[in-house]
Amino acid sequence: MAKRNAFKDAFIPQTTLTKRTYLIVSVITFGLILAVWQLMTTMGMVDSLFMPTPKDTVEAGIRLFTEHEFLSDVKITVYRVLMGFLISVAVALPLGILMGTYAPFEAVIEPVMSFTRYLPVTAFIPLFILWIGIDESEKIAVIIFGSLPQLILMVAVDTKKVQHELTEVAYTLGTSKIAVLWKVIFPGAMPSIIDSLRMVLGWAWTYVTVAEMIGASEGIGYMIIQSQRMINVANIFVGILTIGFIGLIFDYLFKGLSRLLFPWK
Amino acid sequence: MNKEMGFHIENVSKQFRNKKLVVQALENITLDICDGEFVALLGASGCGKSTLLRLLCGLDFPTEGSISAKGVPVTGPGFDRGMVFQTYTLFPWLTVEKNIRYGLKKKKLSKPEIAELTQKYVKTMGLEGFEKQYSNELSGGMKQRVAIARALATNPDSLLLDEPFGALDAHTRLSMQEFLLDIWTANPKTVVMVTHDVEEAIFMADRVVVLSSRPGKIKEIIEIDLPRPRDRKMKIDPRFIAYKRHATDLIYDEFLKENEEFASAAGNG
Repeated sequence: MAKRNAFKDAFIPQTTLTKRTYLIVSVITFGLILAVWQLMTTMGMVDSLFMPTPKDTVEAGIRLFTEHEFLSDVKITVYRVLMGFLISVAVALPLGILMGTYAPFEAVIEPVMSFTRYLPVTAFIPLFILWIGIDESEKIAVIIFGSLPQLILMVAVDTKKVQHELTEVAYTLGTSKIAVLWKVIFPGAMPSIIDSLRMVLGWAWTYVTVAEMIGASEGIGYMIIQSQRMINVANIFVGILTIGFIGLIFDYLFKGLSRLLFPWK
Repeated sequence: MNKEMGFHIENVSKQFRNKKLVVQALENITLDICDGEFVALLGASGCGKSTLLRLLCGLDFPTEGSISAKGVPVTGPGFDRGMVFQTYTLFPWLTVEKNIRYGLKKKKLSKPEIAELTQKYVKTMGLEGFEKQYSNELSGGMKQRVAIARALATNPDSLLLDEPFGALDAHTRLSMQEFLLDIWTANPKTVVMVTHDVEEAIFMADRVVVLSSRPGKIKEIIEIDLPRPRDRKMKIDPRFIAYKRHATDLIYDEFLKENEEFASAAGNG
C-alpha cells in the first residue's frame, strides 16, 4: 500500500483540514505578516516616515488611548455604525421580507433599489452635508444610504430562497395565506438573513470611515485623516487595526447569535 | 352525492401557460376513488400525475371539470386531506415533536389532546427517542416518517402522497412501503399515492391508475387482486410478476411513443 503523504493529501481539491491544523496555519500566517513588517521596517527597506515598526504602532496605540482619549473616538464611531445599521435593519427587514414574499411589493421596490444600489454613497456625502449638516445625522444618513438598498435586496433574496413546499405543506396543515408569512417564511429565511446582516455591517464600517474623513470632528476616521495631515503613520495604523479588531468582535457576536437563535442549523 | 366516495374527479383538464407555450398537463380525467381505498397514480415523469395530486389537495385548480372530496367540492387545502411531498418538508426550525404538533395546534385542540396525539404518533411511527431532534439530524427515511406522522396526526379522511419514498435508498424504501401498509391496515384511510415505480404501485395499491403522457390521460386502471396483508415476499409471487409485466409494458409503450414523437419533431424542425 502506498504511503500517504499528509502534505500532498491536504491539497486534494475540496478536502478540509483538521481544526488544529487550520489554527496552526492561520497563526503562522499572521506571524509571517508580522515578521515581514518587522523586517522591512527595521532593515530600513522602507522610510520609517511612511511605515512605522510594529513597536512604534503599539506605542502609538497606547499613547492614543491614554493621552488622546481615542476611546471616545472609538465609541462615537461604533455608535454611528450601530445607529445607521440598526435603522437600516429596521427598514430593510420588513420591506425585504414583503418584497421576497409578495410579487406586487417586488415590482414596486426592486427597480428603485436596484438603481439606488449602484449610486456611489461617497458621491452623496457633499450633498448630505449641504442638506443635513455635519452632525451625527449626516454620518448615520451616509451609512443608511450605503447599506439600506443592498440590505433590502439581500433580505428579499434570502426570503425567496425559502422552499416553496414548506409553504404548501403549511397550507395543508391549516395555515392561512397570511399566517404563512410568520409561521413559515420568516423563520425559514431568518438564518440567511442574519448572514446578510453580518455582511452589510462590514460595509457600514467603510461608509462611516469615509463619512468621518469628510467633515467630522471626532471618530476613528477623523483621527486617521488628522494623522495624515501630521504625517503620523503609526496613528493611521492604529486606527485601521482598531476597526479590524472591532469588526472581528462583531463577527463573533453574530456567529454566537446565530448559534443561539438557530440551534437546528 | 355518494357519501362512500373518497374522491370524485369529473372531466378534469389542466393547462399550464408557460410563456407562449400552452401545456396540456391533464385531459378529461374522470375517476372515482372509494373511501378507504389505496390508489396509486403511475406514470412516466411529466405525465401529470403530481399535477392531479395537487388538484386533489387543493394546491392548484383544474382548468375544466370538478373535484370533490367526500362529496364536498375542493376549494383549497384542508385538514380533511393530509399531504406528504417527495422533497423533505419538515419545518427545519421545529423539533420532530413540534413538527407533528403543528397541525394539531392549528386545529385548536386542547393542550392535553395535543400532547396525547403527539405522543401517540411518535409511538406508532417508531420515533421514540427522536422527539427533541431537528430534521437535519434525521435520515431520509426518518424524515418521511415524521412527515407522514404530521399528516396523519390531524386525522384527515385521506392521505395524499407525492412520491414519498422517491428520494430513499432501495432498502429504506422497501421497509417504508411495508411500514406504510401496516399503518394503513391499522387505520384505513383513503390513500392516493403518486409514483413512477411500477413495483411500488402494485405492491401497495388496490388499484393502479396508469397515466399516459402529454396530455395526461388515464390509459388503464389495473385492479390489483392480491391478498392483504402484503409483505416483501409478495414481490416474487407469480401474480405480482404478471401485474408488473403488464404495467411495465404500458409504461414502456408510453415512453417509446414519446421518444418517437420527440425524434420526429426534431427531424421536422
